[in-house]
Amino acid sequence: MTLESKTPGGPIEKKWQTHRFNLKLVNPANKRKYTVIVVGTGLAGASAAASLGELGYNVLTFSYHESPRRAHSIAAQGGINAPKNYANDGDSVYRLFYDTVKGGDYRAREANVYRLAEVSGSIIDQCVAQGVPFARDYSGYLDNRSFGGAQVSRTFYARGQTGQQLLLGAYSALSRQIQAGTVKFFQRREMLDVVLVDGQARGIVVRDLVTGAIETYAANGVVLATGGYGNLFYLSTMAKASNATAIWRAHKKGAAFGNPCFTQIHPTCIPQSGEYQSKLTLMSESLRNDGRIWVPKKKGDTRRPESIPEEERDYYLERIYPSFGNLVPRDVASRRAKEMCDNGFGVGPTGRAVYLDFADAINRLGKHVIEERYGNLFDMYHEISAEDPYKVPMRIYPAVHYTMGGLWVDYNLMSTIPGLFVVGEANFSDHGANRLGASALMQGLADGYFILPYTIGDYLATAKFPPAKAEDPSFKQAQGEVEAMVKKLISIQGKRTAEEFHKELGRIMWEYVGMGRNKEGLQKALTMIPRLREEFWQDLKVVGSANDLNAELEKAGRVADFLELGELVAHDALHREESCGGHFREEHQTEEGEAKRNDKEFSYVAAWEFAGVGKHPILNKEPLTFEYVKPSERSYK
Amino acid sequence: MDFKLKIWRQKNREDKGRFVAYEVKNISPDASFLEMLDVLNTELVKKGEEPVAFDHDCREGICGSCGMVIGGRMHGPGKGSATCELRMRVFKDGDTIVVEPWRAKPFPVIKDLVVDRTALDRIMQAGGYISAKTGAVPEANAIPVPKPYAEEAMDAAACIGCGACVAACPNSSAMLFVAAKVSHLALLPQGKIERTERVLRMIEQMDEEGFGNCSNSYACEAECPKKISVTHIARLNREFLRAEVT
Ligand code: SF4
Ligand code: FES
Repeated sequence: MTLESKTPGGPIEKKWQTHRFNLKLVNPANKRKYTVIVVGTGLAGASAAASLGELGYNVLTFSYHESPRRAHSIAAQGGINAPKNYANDGDSVYRLFYDTVKGGDYRAREANVYRLAEVSGSIIDQCVAQGVPFARDYSGYLDNRSFGGAQVSRTFYARGQTGQQLLLGAYSALSRQIQAGTVKFFQRREMLDVVLVDGQARGIVVRDLVTGAIETYAANGVVLATGGYGNLFYLSTMAKASNATAIWRAHKKGAAFGNPCFTQIHPTCIPQSGEYQSKLTLMSESLRNDGRIWVPKKKGDTRRPESIPEEERDYYLERIYPSFGNLVPRDVASRRAKEMCDNGFGVGPTGRAVYLDFADAINRLGKHVIEERYGNLFDMYHEISAEDPYKVPMRIYPAVHYTMGGLWVDYNLMSTIPGLFVVGEANFSDHGANRLGASALMQGLADGYFILPYTIGDYLATAKFPPAKAEDPSFKQAQGEVEAMVKKLISIQGKRTAEEFHKELGRIMWEYVGMGRNKEGLQKALTMIPRLREEFWQDLKVVGSANDLNAELEKAGRVADFLELGELVAHDALHREESCGGHFREEHQTEEGEAKRNDKEFSYVAAWEFAGVGKHPILNKEPLTFEYVKPSERSYK
Repeated sequence: MDFKLKIWRQKNREDKGRFVAYEVKNISPDASFLEMLDVLNTELVKKGEEPVAFDHDCREGICGSCGMVIGGRMHGPGKGSATCELRMRVFKDGDTIVVEPWRAKPFPVIKDLVVDRTALDRIMQAGGYISAKTGAVPEANAIPVPKPYAEEAMDAAACIGCGACVAACPNSSAMLFVAAKVSHLALLPQGKIERTERVLRMIEQMDEEGFGNCSNSYACEAECPKKISVTHIARLNREFLRAEVT
């Protein structure tokens, strides 16, 4: 496999402009002759489908939900970055670029990150025009706040529901195109395979989740906007249905998987309370703007937080990182919280939590200001924990939240399968080894509104398309394989449910491939996962039929894929003998416990090639060079 | 905690459906309502029976997927939360809880507690947007919005499209849902240009889908998980009247 990043030459500020000019265009009159499939309707998928529809392409879009608006982007709380410099605090495209490369611990492609920063301003313009009700100050102009990993105020937000409002904006643009007839929406369809004809992605196989029918659709290009794979860990902040099936099955068909071990643990989630728990709830990290994180100075202190006097509290982030304090990046904040709990300073009934305290902010700003900023988050916390965070500090603990890894894509967002494009969290691109807060929404919308619509045009204008129809043998064959797999899952008739296997896998992943990783643990995971997978295929129990709405069957298919992906993540984590961003190898840390990168040997993207189930995947490397932001130790002190 | 459940089971659109009684034991008061159903479903699967089908995804009250009638209330007892946010601690140990799907003609049952709410999407497609083509827009701060308007628009835009308002309404009206969108966009300068067409087309589609009229019972507001206020219905009515005379 050869990895061609197709990064254009020239100075970084000119790359995207030059590249855009060099991209071939599809004649406007011809656009409707090209069919593009978009799978997923989150920020990246909905914005891509709407924009492609506006351009005049014939777009088919698919979701396993009933409505495009249910996609998991809706749950993003905090905000979206753009270097508008409205705060007049010295922000610029270059600074956002710099912060993102540094925040990603120098494991992202510089040209991609620069482009992301460059188009991010247009995203805000676009969303405002759509009617997204961003927060404003009394002048009527847009308000900003600051976020982890940045010292400027560049985050736009709509209360604690920014993802919802941006997604509803994209959904409205998509709805307009559905009405106009340029986009056709297929609801409750789960993509189960991509179809290749002569090596090109020419269509997909889906299952109609209501009737169980396995259907095929043909196109000139396929775009995957299917999100991240955080549910690999079972407990995560992801929505329950979020899964890796679309990208994993594309991977098995030849799409390289980039940096799978770069997973992000979010520092501010509500801690787990019991075995029955089905997911973890995130509290936006914007809370760290006004909340102060602390633990008691005394080990195993069981007093109520309000009866622990000021001098017996350890505001450990402010102590260790005086300049960033509570606003250090996510990976740092998460690791420090874990370390505090590992060392016996944790609070709450399980001892796996730290306090996030708003008492100072409430005293300083008044309750109404805090309510205006975080009201719905406070309500949510209250509802879940039955404790009032206006009165007692919140208890928080890190949880899996985002995956920086994903299908490898070139500068045009095309995977190693010609014609298969990957956007949003599903690709590996812009965040390197760690994503900064308020950057996911930015990337999803940048890909969908402002990058893919141009780059896919170049592919469509230049590629040759031998006729391909959904009735062709290649489609029939892919359909047959999917049908066989569905049948197999139902026919095992063992004793354990898909959910039970998923939980078991999650425990292995969290324990050995979670926040801190070491060689021994990873090797252990690499023997445990295949064993569990074997048991799955012998002892799985799926009730109900394949010709019906069957959540058990859906889950089983997704868990089957997680059981393969988990192994790849462990392989990647084992091979990367360094610590960077969200990937922390305990063997590689500084004396102060910070991540220690190894730029000499690991300054590359690990793009893995599938070699067969249970076979060692094949490693390909895309070297990373840093011409502008020179790698240095990431310091937030 | 232990509970007796009476849950609506219906194989598909055509099936007549009926209540089936179940029992669950040892449920943590901190568990969510959906986690309690997970426990039941695992037991059913273990026994080889089909689990209860219900829509859900985010489980934090924002995606709008979940929604069922619990003890006669939309999204269960309490105010301002979706089914997935409901915790078992609000019930009493030993309670019998009746669980049904949304009941409204425009929302046919697909299976058990899962209903088809695509009628709401079609209303949005009819006009629930501002026609801002990608790229063809002014700089963000070129459109200042007075803060009180922005805040009120945000209140309306918080609607999660769950359909509880429809299920709560004696006439199966979708007025609160439509009002939330019309109001959100009408409050913003960006939304003013298309306001006439928008309200007419959305109302027309709403009627076409078979949603009933508003008779001011305000059951919608009482059951809305996002506390969308009926004042938006008043604004919708004004917008509609205004559109009809222009
Ligand atoms: S108005 Fe309220 S009840 Fe109706 S769909 Fe929106 S959130 Fe649900
Ligand atoms: S599951 Fe998303 S709102 Fe309840």
